[in-house]
Amino acid sequence: MFKTILKPFAKLFDFQARTHYRMERHSMALTAGIIVAASIGGFVEIAPLFSIDDTVEDVPDMRIYTPLEQAGRDIYIREGCYACHSQMIRSLRDEVERYGPYSLAVESKYDHPMLWGSKRTGPDLARVGDKFSDDWQVRHLVNPRNLVPESVMPQYAFLLETELKTSDMPGRLAALRAVGVPYTDEMIENAENDMKGQARPETEAADAVMDRYGDDTAVRFFDGRRDRVTEMDAVVAYLQILGNLTDLAQTSQPQAEE
Amino acid sequence: MMSNLTGAERTTAMTIAGFGALIGLAMAAAGHGDPMGVHGWIVLAFFGVLFFIVASALYSPEPVEDRALSYYDDPTKVGIILALIWAVVGMFMGVWVASQLAWPDLRFEGAWSGFGRLRPVHTSGVIFGFGGNALIATSYHIMQRTSRARMPGQISPWFVLLGFNLFCILAASGYVMGVTQSKEYAEAEWYADIWLVVVWVVYFILYMRTLSRRNEPHIYVANWYYLSFILVVAILHIVNNLAVPASWTGAKSYSLFSGVQDAMTQWWYGHNAVAFFLTTGFLGMLYYFLPKRAGRPIYSYRLSILSFWGIVFFYIWVGSHHLHYTALPHWVQTLGMTFSVMLLVPSWASAGNALMTLNGAWGKVRDDATLRFMMMAAVFYGLSTFEGSFMAIRPVNGLSHYTDWTVGHVHAGAMGWVALITFGSIYALTPVLWRRETMYSWKAVEWHFWLALSGTVIYVFSMWNSGIIQGLMWRTYTETGTLKFSFVDSLVAMHPYYIARAFGGLLFLTGACICLWNVVMTILHVPQKAPELDYPTSSEAMEPALPAAE
Repeated sequence: MFKTILKPFAKLFDFQARTHYRMERHSMALTAGIIVAASIGGFVEIAPLFSIDDTVEDVPDMRIYTPLEQAGRDIYIREGCYACHSQMIRSLRDEVERYGPYSLAVESKYDHPMLWGSKRTGPDLARVGDKFSDDWQVRHLVNPRNLVPESVMPQYAFLLETELKTSDMPGRLAALRAVGVPYTDEMIENAENDMKGQARPETEAADAVMDRYGDDTAVRFFDGRRDRVTEMDAVVAYLQILGNLTDLAQTSQPQAEE
Repeated sequence: MMSNLTGAERTTAMTIAGFGALIGLAMAAAGHGDPMGVHGWIVLAFFGVLFFIVASALYSPEPVEDRALSYYDDPTKVGIILALIWAVVGMFMGVWVASQLAWPDLRFEGAWSGFGRLRPVHTSGVIFGFGGNALIATSYHIMQRTSRARMPGQISPWFVLLGFNLFCILAASGYVMGVTQSKEYAEAEWYADIWLVVVWVVYFILYMRTLSRRNEPHIYVANWYYLSFILVVAILHIVNNLAVPASWTGAKSYSLFSGVQDAMTQWWYGHNAVAFFLTTGFLGMLYYFLPKRAGRPIYSYRLSILSFWGIVFFYIWVGSHHLHYTALPHWVQTLGMTFSVMLLVPSWASAGNALMTLNGAWGKVRDDATLRFMMMAAVFYGLSTFEGSFMAIRPVNGLSHYTDWTVGHVHAGAMGWVALITFGSIYALTPVLWRRETMYSWKAVEWHFWLALSGTVIYVFSMWNSGIIQGLMWRTYTETGTLKFSFVDSLVAMHPYYIARAFGGLLFLTGACICLWNVVMTILHVPQKAPELDYPTSSEAMEPALPAAE
C-alpha cells in the first residue's frame, strides 16, 4: 500500500536522489543548501512582524518604565524570576478569569527583552500590579512561606538589605533608548535622582519624577523603609506597575475566545 | 598531548594564550566592581593555565613521525572527558533545582543559590557543557574517519574545544552572579556571545578544511548533520543575541528586540536550539556510531536525504508553537503549528531509518548495552518528536503550555534521546580513541543503561502526570461557573510528582557518574590494543569507512 501511495512521486524521489548523489560531493553546495533551506522559515515568520502595522496596537499614552521600575525589572531578570512566572495571559477563558484581560502586544512594547515566560511554577504576573499592597509584596519576598505556607518560591530577604545601585542607570537608559525606548536626554541625565525620588515621597526629587513620568506615577516608600533606597524598593515598584502601563486591555473589554 | 605539536605550533599556542590572558586582564581592570570584572579574572586564569601548560613543554622533543599518517585524536579525548565532567556537574544542578521545587529551603544562604539563578546553570551545563563538548569531540572523530583524512591544523581543534569550554564557564559562573539576558538557553551576556561567535567561525573553517582534504568522493550523512548544526546554530546565535550593552565595562545589555518581535525571535532561536543543537548534531552521532556498532549499513540512503532536508527546512518554522493564544499574530501561530505537525514525517524517517538499520542485528542489541543505548535513543527520538508535534497543536498546547508537561517532553528528548545516544557513542568511542581492548567494566555499562532508562521513565511519567493535572486544575469550573481551584491548590497537588521527578533525575545522575568512572578506569587499567585500520587511507583501501551498502 505504501508503495502505491508513493508511486506518483517515485520519479521525483529518483531525480532528487540522483542530484543529491552529485551534490553531496561538494561541501560548499551543501553549505549553501543548508543556509537557504534553514533561512526561509525564519524570514517568513519574523520579518513581517516588524513591517505589518497592526502587529502591535497603536497606543499613544503607553507609559515607559521609570528608572526605579526599570531597575526592578533588571533585578527580576537577574534573579531569574521569569523561569517560574509568566507575564502573558493567553486568550483562554480560565486565564482571563484568573488573571485578568488577556495580554496585548503593546503591553510589552518597551520590554527589552520580553518576559512572557514559558512555565508557571508560580502564577502569571502580567497584571499583578496593585493586586497586593506594597507591604504584602515585601513580606512575601522576604519569606513567601510566611504568607503562603504551601509556596515553593525562594526567599529574597537580601533585597531588603541591599542598597540599590544607581550609578549605572543613566547608561542603562541610554542603551534602552538606542534600542527604541523613548527616554529623553533629561530622563537619562536625572536617572539617579529619579530612582531615589520615586522611593522618597514628598521630596523635591519625588515631584521631579512625577513631572517627567506623569502624575500617575506611584511614589511611595515601597519597602517601608525610610532610611535608604533598597533593591526591594525597585522590585516592588516594578511588580506594582505590571499591567498598568496602559489601560487599553481593560477599556477595550476583550472577551475570551471560548 | 604536547608531543604532537611542533615547536612553531607551541609558540603559536602560547601567543594565543598570552593574548587571551591580556584580554582577561583588560576585562578585569575595566569591569572592576561589576560581574564583568570577575569574568575578567576567570578569563585570565583560564588562559594563564593554558599558557603555563604550553610553556612548560616548549622545549620537549618534537614529533618525528609523519603526522598525516594518523588521525588527530588528542582534542577528541579531552573533549570526551570534559563532556562527562559537565554531564555530572549539569545533572547534579538539575537534581538540586528539582529538589528545591519539592523542598524550597534546600539551599544555602545568599542570592546565588536561588532556583532562578541555578536553573540556567543546569540547562546550559547539560545542553552546552555536556552536549556541546560531546558534539565537538565526536565531530572531530567522525569528520576525520569518514573523510579518511587528518584534521588540517593542530591548533584550531584545541582553540575550538577549549574556547567553547571558556564560553560555558563564563555562562555558568555568570548565572550564579546574576549575569543573564533572560533569553532561555541564550542567557549568556554580550561578551561571552561575541567570544562564541569567534570560536564558531574557527569551528566552521576547521570542518570545511577537513572535508576539503577528504579521500572519499562523497561527504557522509553524519557530516551533513554536523555541518547544519554548525551553520544554523551560528545564524540563530547571532540574530537572537543582538543587543546593546549598557556600558562597555559592565555585563548588562538590552536586547535589540522587544515584546512580540522579541518573543518570536527568542522562540525561533529556542526551538531551533532543540533542532540544530540537540537534534541534528546528535543525528550525526547516530548515523555514524549506530551502523558502525551494529556492523550493518544504514537502511536507506534515500530516507537519509529526505529526513535531512525535511528537518533542516521544516524545523525553522515551528518556534511559534511556543506562543499559542498569546499576543503573537494568529497567522504566525498557525504556521508554526502546521509545520510542527509536518515535521513528524522527517523525524520519524530518521528514527525509522535508525531502527531498520538494526534489522539483522537485534541479537547484538540484546547482548551489547552500548548498542542498546543507541537503539533506545532512536526509540525516544521517535516518541518525543511525536509528542512534540502533538503538543504543538493549538488546543493541546492550550492545556500543556506553562505546565510541567512541557518539562517532561523536553526531558524525554534530552535524557531519552540526546543523553542516551551520547553515552552510547562514548562507550563505542572510548576503546577506539585510547586504543584499548574494551571498556573496563561491561557490567557498569549495563547498570548505567538500566539506571538511565528507569530514571528517564520515572522523570517523564511524573511530569506527564503533574503537567496534565496542573493544566486541568487551572481550567476546572464549579457548577456555579467559577474557577474551582486556586493556584496554590494546583501547586500542592504537584508535590509528590516533584519528589518523584527529583528521584528519577538522581538515578540518571548516578548513571552518568558510573560512566565517568568507567571511562577513567578504561584509560587507566585496560590493556592496549590497536584497532585495525584506524588511520587515514585512500578510498581504494580494502576497509570501508563504514559498513558497505548492500
